[in-house]
Amino acid sequence: MLSVDGIYKTFNPGTINEKVALRNICAELPEGDFVTLIGGNGAGKSTFLNAVAGVYGVDHGSIRIDGMDVTRLPEYKRAAVLGRVFQDPMMGTAANMEIGENLALASRRGEHRGLKWGITRRERETYRQLLRELELGLEDRMTVKVGLLSGGQRQALALLMATLKKPKVLLLDEHTAALDPRTAEKVLEISEQLISANHLTTLMVTHNMRDAIRHGNRLIMMHEGQIILDIKGAEKKNLTVEDLLERFGKVSGEEFANDRALLS
Amino acid sequence: MGIVSGAVSLGLLWAVMTIGVFISYRILDIADLTVEGSIAMGAAIAAREIAAGGNPYMATLLALLGGMAAGLCTGLLQTRLKIPPLLSGILVMIALWSVNLRIMGKSNISLLRMKTVYTVFESMGLSGTASIIVLGLLCVFLLISVLYWFFGTEVGSAIRATGSNPHMARAQGINTDTVTCLGLLISNGLVAASGALIAQSQSYADVQMGTGAIVIGLASVIIGEVLFRGKNFYTRLISLALGAITYRLIIALVLKLGMPANDLKLFTAVTVAVALSLPTFLQRYHQSQKSHGGVE
Ligand SMILES: Nc1ncnc2c1ncn2[C@@H]1O[C@H](COP(=O)(O)OP(=O)(O)OP(=O)(O)O)[C@@H](O)[C@H]1O
Ligand SMILES: [Mg+2]
Repeated sequence: MLSVDGIYKTFNPGTINEKVALRNICAELPEGDFVTLIGGNGAGKSTFLNAVAGVYGVDHGSIRIDGMDVTRLPEYKRAAVLGRVFQDPMMGTAANMEIGENLALASRRGEHRGLKWGITRRERETYRQLLRELELGLEDRMTVKVGLLSGGQRQALALLMATLKKPKVLLLDEHTAALDPRTAEKVLEISEQLISANHLTTLMVTHNMRDAIRHGNRLIMMHEGQIILDIKGAEKKNLTVEDLLERFGKVSGEEFANDRALLS
Repeated sequence: MGIVSGAVSLGLLWAVMTIGVFISYRILDIADLTVEGSIAMGAAIAAREIAAGGNPYMATLLALLGGMAAGLCTGLLQTRLKIPPLLSGILVMIALWSVNLRIMGKSNISLLRMKTVYTVFESMGLSGTASIIVLGLLCVFLLISVLYWFFGTEVGSAIRATGSNPHMARAQGINTDTVTCLGLLISNGLVAASGALIAQSQSYADVQMGTGAIVIGLASVIIGEVLFRGKNFYTRLISLALGAITYRLIIALVLKLGMPANDLKLFTAVTVAVALSLPTFLQRYHQSQKSHGGVE
């Protein structure tokens, strides 16, 4: 479903701030794969997801989604086949717009926007049902501005928006990192539900090793812009945090450096 | 009474401009200085057409189109050439100064005893001011209705989303560049149309007319928001028109109280600065209240 072939990304090339963020990333995600992506600070995880989403172009290599080459497609066009949730709860929703309006925007992802109503009465009913399933009481607050919601409510809404129109690939970039542990747990649970219900091909960045092991059917670890581990199947099922740390040490010759990962 | 009706009539014409400024400043979240040039451009286009014996309604429509073109230029500078919004606006504003002089061929055109959009109403027996109020009300009502509909459509929602959060908009498949251009185009079209209506009401167009217009527009937006606090989008638009009228009433009042006309721009700028800094002051005030209260 997602096929990334040899991508490179260098920030600020030719300056003293030059930073090679991705080197020769190759990955093949068959349909329905749920991959957790883990790595130290600055390993290039966000850059990888942003490159797939088209936030910026890559220097080399190609990206294909469902067989279509999207390497040169601008971000807003790739959005037609991608669902995304960001780390910052402020990033994924329009604060000045109502909950219903945000969902309506998301339901038109990849479609022509004309002079038809931005949200119809029938849609409102559908969204009310979907919001009820989140069990956050949002179904009775459809006309409330999203800016008034808590971070967790916003992330749950962002997840719903990302999956409302079934994406070919779902990209989650530490989408629970800004939340308190209990809310993070709840949002992860919702993610898991939406992913399995819709059978979504997913790439989820997390800084929490236990979450990375517990969720998904495959784990990829990045280090200094490269993929250094790719663990699937039964091996992934039986993985422990200690295993992971040890294997990281062996491959990279360093200690795993992600303050947040080790704390949690 | 004459002063009040004069202020109301002028306020209604500036309401059209105020709504244009609202679209860029509040909906797109861009302080767009293009309006200083596009309001004068609207006046220039309309005056030239009318002075040449053209139909005043056609002239006003042409002014609207001219303003749209100006807004599009600013939009393209911002999105295609990645020039910062403020600078893009300044560039087009400066360029329009020369363009407007070329349109008019001189620095001002008199429209005395010419047929304007208000002539029909005057021939029905209304006074000059009453004609302006009637047409102004018609325009504002029509404009508010159309915009209320438009910003409820898919495209309109896309514009609002882009102004609110461009990251989110792009992630939802919205071409934020196109949508920004569209918003600026609509905004400046309205501003230019307002310029055309104002020029016809005062019977002359002047290349200087736009100086300080952005501040007047912002003052009207803020007065409208603070005093009338529209709850939904429709009442918000109405509060803008009321803001523009209130601004004119305030100006008429301070002039009546003896403020020299030359000090008006200073007065307006200070008013806007105070109004814009009010939220910051209030926040600080509340915080200091809290920290004092927290000791107990
Ligand atoms: N827009 C940018 N401009 C310049 N450098 C960047 C940019 N984005 C990322 N980088 C650099 O690229 C490297 C990879 O960053 P990235 O954000 O992908 O890391 P990450 O794996 O997501 O880390 P974290 O766990 O801290 O989120 C870092 O060294 C970062 O400083
Ligand atoms: Mg990151």
